[in-house]
Amino acid sequence: MSGVTAAVEIAEVGRQVILVEEKPYLGGNVIKMNNYFPKLCPPSCGLEINFRRIRQNSRIKCFTSTTVKEISGEINNFRVKLLHKPNFINNNCTACGNCTEVCPEERPNEFDYGFSKTKAIYLPHEMAFPMKYSLDVKYCKKESCNKCVEVCDYDAINLSAKDEEETIEASSVIIATGWKNPDAAAIKNLGYKDYKNVITNVEFERLIDANGPGGDKLLKPSDGKEPKEIAFVQCAGSRDENYLPYCSAVCCSASLKHALSIQNKYPDSKVKIFYIDLRVSGRNEDFLRKVEENKNIELIKGKVAKITESEDKSKLVVEAEDMLESRKIKSEADLVVLATGITPNQYNLNIYRSGEGFISDKQKDGIYPVACCKRPMDVSSSVKDATAAALKSIQLTS
Amino acid sequence: MDKKLAVYICSGCGIGDSLNVDKLLQLSSDEQKVTVCRKHKALCSVDGYNTILKDIETEKFHGLAIAACSPRVKTEVFDFPKNIIAERINLREQVVWCSEPGDEDTQMLAEDYLRMGIAKIKNISAIKPYIADSISSDILVIGGGITGITAAIEGAKAGYNIYLVEKEKELGGKLNSFYKQYPANEPFNILIDPIISDRIKEINSYKNIKVYTSTTIKEISGQPGNFDVILLNGKEVKIQVGSIVTSMGWEPYDANKLSHLGYGKYENVVTNIEFETLIKSNPDIQLPKNILFIQCAGSRDKDHLPYCSDYCCSTTLKHAKYIRELNPESSVFVIYKDIRTPGLSEEFYKEVQKDNQVFFTKGTVSDITPENNQLKVTVKETLLGDDISVKVDMIVLATGMTPAGTEDMNLTYRLGKGLPKLKYNFSDSHFICFPYETRRTGIYAAGAVRAPMDVASCLEDASGAMLKAIQCIEATKRGESVHPRAGDKTYPELYMDRCTDCKRCTEECPFGTYDETEKGTPLVNPSRCRRCGICLGSCPERVISFSDYSINSVSAMIKAVEIPDEFEEKPRILVFVCENDAYPALDMAGSKGLKYSPYVRIIPVRCLGSVNKVWISDALSCGYDGILQIGCKPGDDYQCHFIHGSELTQTRGENIQETLTTMMLEPERIKTEFIEITDYYRIPDIINSYVETIEDIGPNPFKDM
Repeated sequence: MSGVTAAVEIAEVGRQVILVEEKPYLGGNVIKMNNYFPKLCPPSCGLEINFRRIRQNSRIKCFTSTTVKEISGEINNFRVKLLHKPNFINNNCTACGNCTEVCPEERPNEFDYGFSKTKAIYLPHEMAFPMKYSLDVKYCKKESCNKCVEVCDYDAINLSAKDEEETIEASSVIIATGWKNPDAAAIKNLGYKDYKNVITNVEFERLIDANGPGGDKLLKPSDGKEPKEIAFVQCAGSRDENYLPYCSAVCCSASLKHALSIQNKYPDSKVKIFYIDLRVSGRNEDFLRKVEENKNIELIKGKVAKITESEDKSKLVVEAEDMLESRKIKSEADLVVLATGITPNQYNLNIYRSGEGFISDKQKDGIYPVACCKRPMDVSSSVKDATAAALKSIQLTS
Repeated sequence: MDKKLAVYICSGCGIGDSLNVDKLLQLSSDEQKVTVCRKHKALCSVDGYNTILKDIETEKFHGLAIAACSPRVKTEVFDFPKNIIAERINLREQVVWCSEPGDEDTQMLAEDYLRMGIAKIKNISAIKPYIADSISSDILVIGGGITGITAAIEGAKAGYNIYLVEKEKELGGKLNSFYKQYPANEPFNILIDPIISDRIKEINSYKNIKVYTSTTIKEISGQPGNFDVILLNGKEVKIQVGSIVTSMGWEPYDANKLSHLGYGKYENVVTNIEFETLIKSNPDIQLPKNILFIQCAGSRDKDHLPYCSDYCCSTTLKHAKYIRELNPESSVFVIYKDIRTPGLSEEFYKEVQKDNQVFFTKGTVSDITPENNQLKVTVKETLLGDDISVKVDMIVLATGMTPAGTEDMNLTYRLGKGLPKLKYNFSDSHFICFPYETRRTGIYAAGAVRAPMDVASCLEDASGAMLKAIQCIEATKRGESVHPRAGDKTYPELYMDRCTDCKRCTEECPFGTYDETEKGTPLVNPSRCRRCGICLGSCPERVISFSDYSINSVSAMIKAVEIPDEFEEKPRILVFVCENDAYPALDMAGSKGLKYSPYVRIIPVRCLGSVNKVWISDALSCGYDGILQIGCKPGDDYQCHFIHGSELTQTRGENIQETLTTMMLEPERIKTEFIEITDYYRIPDIINSYVETIEDIGPNPFKDM
């Protein structure tokens, strides 16, 4: 989202931009999200506009499935070494889908965090931009199968493609490498490793999404049934010296959003949110009020100590200390969502980082980190930050 | 004039398997008199593209239609010289992928889309952009606080001339009265000196920044590229700028309304800003021993400010920290609802928590009474359950931010002097993904006038808004629209002979594009226009058109469809879809292989608000049985990219129902549905159930008339 924003904002000033993305599609973590807080609207709506801005703007050159190996040089004269992953499917691809129909191999769908499967040759998702198929080299049997090549009418598939290096020049570099969830399995007391129905908040985005693995339904990973009681554990591994000492700024609003999405889909379900502080910033306060007014959503101030399973293994048991009532509570749930935070993606680049692995604001002149690789922030703040960096990047060449 | 045209039909991606392409070619040449008609097995291939390009060189035609996949894909491939009108006809996603292959109705659908596409080309003209004679590249920044100063510096660094206007004698705004700032980055264990004096000094080093202090704005007229501004500072100063950043700042919430928290009643109850100013003016002041902070004083409170101001928690932490540094004997008490130090600011919170003489208590202040020169504060709803009370020497109320009014910009716009306000009077965009999009093109709000925000956030906001201001100038120079139809070079052209001065266009334009002459005639400012076409939809006299989108072009598409007679039992439903969200949803439905009735004829529109009543009556009088409109969600959480386009559809709906009544037609003949872009799975149901409704009420009696 931030990279795309920076690219279109710069290009629309009239400058040339090269946009490099590791994945085969643009949109990062945001395109995987069910909706945004506080409006509960789909991210694809704004991204569609941004993709249109890219499609029609010849000043933007976009490389997907490409990583950056090295950044050298100085402001106004950077040399950036790119590594293009093997181009198994070229731009002749029309996204007709014939290849997927004949492909005999399956792979876990990373877009759905492995909760669904695709064929080894696949369209990353229905809104994918560029609208082009991808091939998962780990699961493809290549020439020994060759079925997709035979069925492709457009000469779009080359199974023997190799990766290629390319060095480009740039006057400035914006780094918008984004974030990932920290490993939830590392949080020992919250049962992510032990119980299928303990999931993370980003996994929940896919499960509740009508275009996700369950289609129109929210389904438990364990048995494919619809949960009736759902618990959210805020600050799961955040604001905690053992894991992430900081707050990730978005998880409170995200869980409120999830709670409302559940209620919209299943008005009779029961949702509990265990929190330390409800950090719903600025004018999203009325969004919090909407949640507070919902009788089926309970907000409990208390840190969750432990998640276990009921004796008959049919339910999860959330143990927490209710700080307002000063008592210990045990609460049953069918599905537990851990509000895990934001950690910066790590790349082996020669850039300065701060204590928590975030990319520092202070870099060599001409290098501008933006959004969640720099510090945790929500989408609107990321867009703002990316737009600000767009200005910095054009200051040098004027 | 008969235009020489070409039609290219792609048979790839299943189109050739599902449709009789030769019959379509025959229709193009025989019925539609198209000069060049070709088919190709993959038009998007190099060979396909070259075939078209060669024809363009040899055949010299005016326009061409590419009947293949959706215009949303392969856009970069089908790029032709701009003097040629190129129209994409969506035979893949919206015909063969969503209908039964080989079926008679599928073929009829494709035939009609060809007719519609050709009709459109015949009725639109090549785009000539509007570019004003002299466009100013200078930028006006209104408000000389930290946001305005930063915007000015950042804009100057990019090489633009900046006028910075401040109504007070000095630059600096609120930050002038700050003693310290809290850290936004590492290290979090030290407070920082206010950055404002350095910034003010820095301003002086830029030759391309002209500062006007003690200056107000008498008036701003014009449009992006040519804003005429009259400044007042004793005398009138006239300047011309291309775009504007408004950083008019904020005021603390009026503490006089907080008498329940002792303000105005007891001398030692002050606001956070008063406290800051006090320390700034006299850092050596003898501070009292026990100081209590009340968070959310008049915030997150339905009787006062319903929202959170984002900066008060960290500000109180800052106060606590320097109080303890200035007077190690002191104790600080903080009564809060939630401590909101999001992100890395948590580190700052932890830093202050380390101090065992700073006491945090979650609760609500229920009573304040004077007792022996002190104030006794009672707190209920604490974490421990019991009420507690504490005697203190001073109370500081953490009051929130209210946005400054922007009416002092004195825009001469017909729709008002300031920026339209959204929630809680902030001049924000309401868009999560496009935070800078105000409703006055070329004028960008930054800082606390847009949303409550702290200094660090204002710095980013200033740069972002300045980028948008620069971008607007550059786009205007190219004759292009800014967001969301960025790059669009069409603009509203008015055929004034027919205008009756009804003023609908001036009132309904969400962006204030239209002013009025003294006689009350609409006066269009093309560079203010965002090209949504809402004015086109509003005009009862068909005055307004865009070169590629007009009453005539859409009417021609509507009329191009062959309407079967009533005995064939093949109803025809006209569907207007918003091109931003509903159209992609239809594409996705197709690519997922979802089938729906082939009786629909889809016309994408720039916004549902651009649908003109004329199109509806045209459709009904030429025999369509029903009209379905699919657009974006209106209401508080609206998703319409043009703010109230889809809402207008509802208000205009009543008017349209009257038309139906006068035509003696059933109200069901027109229906509006709102969907989100990801709701593609709802498409078959929305369309099929509407077709069923129409089949139930029977054919349009105007058929065959």
